Amino acid sequence: MVSLQWYVWLSLTLFMVGVFGFLTRRNIIMMFLSIEIMLNAVNLSLVSFSHFLNDLRGNIIVFFVITVAAAEAAIGLAILIALFRNRASANVDELKEMKG
Amino acid sequence: MPDIGAQLWLLGPEIVLAVFAFGVILLDLVIKEKSVLAYLSIAAALFIMFTMFGRQGTAFGGMFLADGYGLFFNFIFLTSLCLSILVSLKYLPVERINFGEYYGLMLFATIGMMVMASAGDLIMVYLGLELMSLSVYVLAGFMRQSTRSNEAALKYFMLGAFASAFLLLGISFTYGLTGTTQISGVAQYIKDNGLAGNPVLAFTTILYVAAFGFKIAAVPFHMWAPDVYEGAPTPVTAFMSVGPKAAGFAVIGRVLTVALGPVSSEWTGLLIVLSILSMAVGNILAISQTNIKRMLAYSSIAHAGYALLGVIAGGPEGLASMMNYLLIYTFMNIGAFTVVTLLRTEGVKGEDLSDYEGLSKNHPLLSALMLLFMFSLTGIPPTAGFMGKFYLFVAAINAGYLWLTVIAVIMSAISAYFYLRVVMYMYMKEPGTVIPVQRSTAGRVALMFTGIAVLLIGVQPTGFIQMARSALAGFGI
Repeated sequence: MVSLQWYVWLSLTLFMVGVFGFLTRRNIIMMFLSIEIMLNAVNLSLVSFSHFLNDLRGNIIVFFVITVAAAEAAIGLAILIALFRNRASANVDELKEMKG
Repeated sequence: MPDIGAQLWLLGPEIVLAVFAFGVILLDLVIKEKSVLAYLSIAAALFIMFTMFGRQGTAFGGMFLADGYGLFFNFIFLTSLCLSILVSLKYLPVERINFGEYYGLMLFATIGMMVMASAGDLIMVYLGLELMSLSVYVLAGFMRQSTRSNEAALKYFMLGAFASAFLLLGISFTYGLTGTTQISGVAQYIKDNGLAGNPVLAFTTILYVAAFGFKIAAVPFHMWAPDVYEGAPTPVTAFMSVGPKAAGFAVIGRVLTVALGPVSSEWTGLLIVLSILSMAVGNILAISQTNIKRMLAYSSIAHAGYALLGVIAGGPEGLASMMNYLLIYTFMNIGAFTVVTLLRTEGVKGEDLSDYEGLSKNHPLLSALMLLFMFSLTGIPPTAGFMGKFYLFVAAINAGYLWLTVIAVIMSAISAYFYLRVVMYMYMKEPGTVIPVQRSTAGRVALMFTGIAVLLIGVQPTGFIQMARSALAGFGI
């Protein structure tokens, strides 16, 4: 039997991988994938808490999170396409039209 | 098992608004004249505003709380919805973005905020927050031909999604720690088990403060605000400087002061830092701005700092002053953005400070109202902004935060420089080219309404603060 701590540490590590990827990657798609990793890290911790607490609530939250993540992906990619049509680049460093 | 009809009745406002939102999107297919959809949305909002009061109770196993607190915030959201739609009517054709989905998205964003304000469970907080955010991301990028608007939407989206992942991690760890996600249940568990000082609890507290700090644009989670406010269409900027911010505060009231209420000493310190930084950075960086939308963005960061004083003071007194301030902020900020929007006409951007030079010569009434809003944002009597700050500062002093109030007063004095500079440009400079103004009746209605509200609350301030205080009855603090 693997204890709860292993799951929690795994999920925290995954979450930190996502945070690190978001902060260091400059390509918008890669940043977006990093956010997905963060969300799935949370899902992992929710499922394991749910299992060890013998309570269904955590599993239910995971379903909601997956749904919202799908909606988020749809909107994020739509915004990216709108941007790409106007300037054909997916690099965040080039997004500096407004400053001050 | 309580009767399902009674529970749905409590959710009435949200359900009606959702029906109208879908209706607007469907009608968009057959209706060519898009202003019909705008009036339909306003009618829905007004209908809900007049029928929603008096609902009391919990629905769906404590997921949804219909109480005075939520209804007061609903009032703020619906007011800002109506005013922003009025402002949009003539603006959208000028920007060539006159699509019906705009109003549908505004309605969906408002439903998200209403769900957030009435959430009884952390899942509802998350779902409401996402419904609101996803709609507002799209609205921010609504001018899809404009690279600035694209850039605003993408920045808002990226950082917003990043922040909501942190919120989710906080929810997950709260669940793991307490075994429940119900807000009152979490508070009960913390109290019963004496979890004060628990490191996991402290960790989740930091995650919550970061996630909600992002939504209210408090420093150091404010980086997105100036760019997004500048790039988004002006009525959307007006809407999101008020609605999502108020919704963020509503959730702070629910999650921090109720769920984490038993360990309030752990988050009060964090909020004090956020509040001081927001007031300082917002007011000082606003001084050097030449774009008025950007200046108002920094001003909105500073106002989040002021409103946080109410949460820090805590108790019914502090929360009531925070709610009252957010309502007043709705009127004065949307009023100021209405003036900015009215200056946008074919071929004239009207966003630069120099566009305000000598405005009073050509448009005396518009300038007088802008003067009123600027005075109110500074906090000069007899305007509403003064009374709002007055109640906030009284609450903070009564709670023993005299030094914090002194800082806030000094920061408001600094803010006078950039607010009154607009007034100086309008009244003491000679006009360069004549700046035309949109001939928008709806925009004028919004302007008159906000102007009267700012003046009326300024001379007769007790009404709303009493309303906020009585709304907090049975809130559980």
